[in-house]
Amino acid sequence: MKWFKKVHHYLPPDFILERADDLCIRCKACVTQCSFDANFYDQKRNFIYTLQQNCVGCNRCVAYCPTEAIVVKNRPNPFREHSHWGAYYISGIKRRAYYGGTPVKSMGNDRPFPIYWDKLLLNASQVTNPSIDPLREPMELRTYIGRRPKYLKKGEALPPSIMLQTPIMIGAMSYGALSFNSVESIGRAVTMAGTFFNSGEGGLSRDHYKFSKHVIVQVASGRFGVHKEYLDIGSAIEIKIGQGAKPGIGGHLPGEKVSESISQARMIPKGTDALSPAPHHDIYSIEDLRQLIYALKEATRYSKPVIVKIAAVHNVAAIASGIARSGADAISIDGFKGGTGAAPEIIRNHVGIPIELALAAVDTRLRQEGIRNEVSIIASGGIRGSADAIKAIALGADAVYIGTAALITLGCTLCQQCHTGRCAWGITTQDPFLSKRVNPDIMSEHLYNLFNVWSLELKEIMGAMGVNSIESLRGNRLHLRGVGLSDRDLEILGVLPAGE
Amino acid sequence: MKTIDANKLYYKILNDQIHDAVDSGYRNIAINNVYGQYYIGDGLMQPVKIDINGIPGNDLGIFMDGPSIYVHGDAQDGIGNTMSGGKIVIDGNAGDVLGYSMRGGRIYVRGNVGYRTCIHMKSYKDDFPIVIIGGRTGEFAGEYMAGGVLVILDLFSEINTYDCNFIGAGMHGGIIIVRGKVNSDSLGREVKVTSLLQEDLLQIKEYLFEYCQELNINYNNVMKSRFTKIISATNRPYKNLYIDGFLH
Repeated sequence: MKWFKKVHHYLPPDFILERADDLCIRCKACVTQCSFDANFYDQKRNFIYTLQQNCVGCNRCVAYCPTEAIVVKNRPNPFREHSHWGAYYISGIKRRAYYGGTPVKSMGNDRPFPIYWDKLLLNASQVTNPSIDPLREPMELRTYIGRRPKYLKKGEALPPSIMLQTPIMIGAMSYGALSFNSVESIGRAVTMAGTFFNSGEGGLSRDHYKFSKHVIVQVASGRFGVHKEYLDIGSAIEIKIGQGAKPGIGGHLPGEKVSESISQARMIPKGTDALSPAPHHDIYSIEDLRQLIYALKEATRYSKPVIVKIAAVHNVAAIASGIARSGADAISIDGFKGGTGAAPEIIRNHVGIPIELALAAVDTRLRQEGIRNEVSIIASGGIRGSADAIKAIALGADAVYIGTAALITLGCTLCQQCHTGRCAWGITTQDPFLSKRVNPDIMSEHLYNLFNVWSLELKEIMGAMGVNSIESLRGNRLHLRGVGLSDRDLEILGVLPAGE
Repeated sequence: MKTIDANKLYYKILNDQIHDAVDSGYRNIAINNVYGQYYIGDGLMQPVKIDINGIPGNDLGIFMDGPSIYVHGDAQDGIGNTMSGGKIVIDGNAGDVLGYSMRGGRIYVRGNVGYRTCIHMKSYKDDFPIVIIGGRTGEFAGEYMAGGVLVILDLFSEINTYDCNFIGAGMHGGIIIVRGKVNSDSLGREVKVTSLLQEDLLQIKEYLFEYCQELNINYNNVMKSRFTKIISATNRPYKNLYIDGFLH
C-alpha cells in the first residue's frame, strides 16, 4: 500500500470508486472481498476508505455490497484532452519511464480495432425454401474433429477423430493461469455438454485426469507437465505453436503463481518462473513440425488426432497449408482478439490479424488446393456469442474455441489482472483463500447452461436458414452478407455485400 | 533376446515391430542395420534394453520412461526429447537439441554434440535428469535450463579452456559442470561461475562412474582434473523486465 503520493511516480488512477456514506452499513464486505487492497476500514473513525489507485475495476465489491452503496466509474481522461495523444499513450509512456519495464496485461486486445463479426449478417429462408422449426424437427449439431481421407480402402479404419455434441469447445487455458476450481468447473461442464476443453500448456492435475474423455492435452514449447501418461489421458493432442494474444512470443507464468499444486502439474520447483521459449526448439520448419506430430502419433500408437494451434498472422493461409500437409488432423487458428493469462501489452495490442479474415483466407486456400477435407479447422479469438460462432462456421470453421466467454460465465469482469494472480473472482489465482470463490457445483451449471443456450441458438438460426445440419452450413458463405465492408474485405471474406 | 533387421524398413513398421516385441515380453532387443529411422523407443514405458547397431534417426527415445538404449554408433538430432526416465548411451557423436525438455533419466555421449544441448531441461523432486557429454557441445548449451545436471567432460581436445558461446543463456535452474576452466566470454548473460562443492561432486560421482564404465573410459583420469560449476544467477531472470499493470 502506498500512503503518500509520489509526484515523480504519479499516475492517475484508472477508476473512481464512490461509496455513498448514507447507504454504507460498514459491513466491510468490500474490504474482505477486495484482493487488490483498495478498500480498508478505519476502526477509530468507523469509516471505510478507498485507495483509488489500487482499484482495478473488477467490480467484486459492487457485487458484494448489500446496499448498493458502491459505484465504480471510469475516471474521465485525467490528462489534458488531445486528439493525438490520448490518455492510453500518455500513461503508457509514463509507466514505462517510471518503472523501466514493459507493462504486462491479461485478457484480449482492448483497443478499438474493427470487429468483422458485426459487419456480417446471416440469411433466412422465405417462401422458396422453407425454414425449419428446431424445437419440433431434428437438428444436427454433432461435429467431428479429425482428418477425412479422400477415399478409404476396403477394411481400412477411419483416422482417429473426436466427436463433439456441439461445435463449441473451451480453448486452451492452463492450470496455473486458472485456479483448480475453475478447471474443475470447466471440466464438469464440458462433460455434461458432450464437448471438450483444452488443458493449456501447464499439464493437468492428477485430480483432473477423470475428465480424460473430454480433454484435449496441449504440448507447448516449454513441454511443462508433458509425459507419456499425460499424452495417454487426452482425447486429442494439440501442439501449440502460437497464441492469438501474443503471436511469436513464448509463455511466462510468473513465479508468484507457481504454487505447490501448480509445481506438481508443471513438474517444476515451486516459485520459479515457468518460461516457455518463443519457438519449439525442435521445430524450425514444416518438416520439423511433421516430425513432432508423428512423434506424438507414434507415442500414442496413432490412436488420437493431433491438432496444431497457430496464431492468425499475415501469411496464415500459406502456413495452414503447410500444416495440413504435415500430417496434422486439425488446425486451430487463434485471432488477435484472443485472450491471455499474461502478455506484454505492446504485443497483445498490436500483433496478429482478425480471426474472421484469417479463417476465410485459410478455408479458401485449403479449398483451392483441394486439401480442405484433410484437416478440421477450429477458430478462436474473441467469439462473443452463438452468432459469432455460426458466422465462423459459415466462413469455414468446423468448430470454435471459447475462452473469455467461459471465464465471464465463471464471474470474470475483464479487469485484465490475471497475470497478478490476485483475481478477486477466484478464477485466475492460486491463492487458496481467493480460489475458493469459484464454486464448481454452481459454476459448472452456469457453463453448462451457456453451452445449452448457445446450442439452441445455433439451431434456431439454422432453422431460420432452412439448414438442418451444421455440416451443410460449414463454409457455406452464401449464408453471409457483408455490410459496410470494402470490396477488398468482401473479396477476402468470400462474402457478397448485402443486397447482392 | 529379439533381433530386428531394420534394413530398408520404414520407421512406422520398425517401431511397430519394437512395440510388438516389447508387448510379447522380450526384455532384450537388438536392432541391426539402423539407417536413420525416427522415433525408436518413442513413449516406451517398459524397462527393456535396446541395442542399436547403426545410426538411429531423430527423436530417439522421445517421451520414453524406462528403457535403456545403447547406440553403437553416432546418433542424430533430438535425442531424449521430453524424456521422463531411462537411459540412452551413445558410443559416438550426437546432433542438435539433445535432451530437449528432458525431465528424468540419463543420457551418456562419448563424443561431441550439436547446438542447444539440454535446452529447457528441468527437474522436479525425484525426477532429475543427468546428461554427460564426453566431448564438446555446440553453442547455447543448457539454454533455458531449469533443472538437472549437464556435465561436459571435454576429454578429447588439446585446449585447456572450454569455449562454446552462450553457455546457459536464459538458464534459471540446474547445474552445468565443465571439466577444466571455462572462458568467461562464452557464458550466457544469466549465469555465473562458482567453485564446485564437495556435495555437487558426490551428487554426480555415481553417474560419472557409470558413464566411464559404460563407455570404457578411465574414471580416475577423468576425476583428476578440476571442474567448473555454472549456475544461474537467479531463478527469475526476467523478473524486472515486466511490470504488473496494477502496481502504479
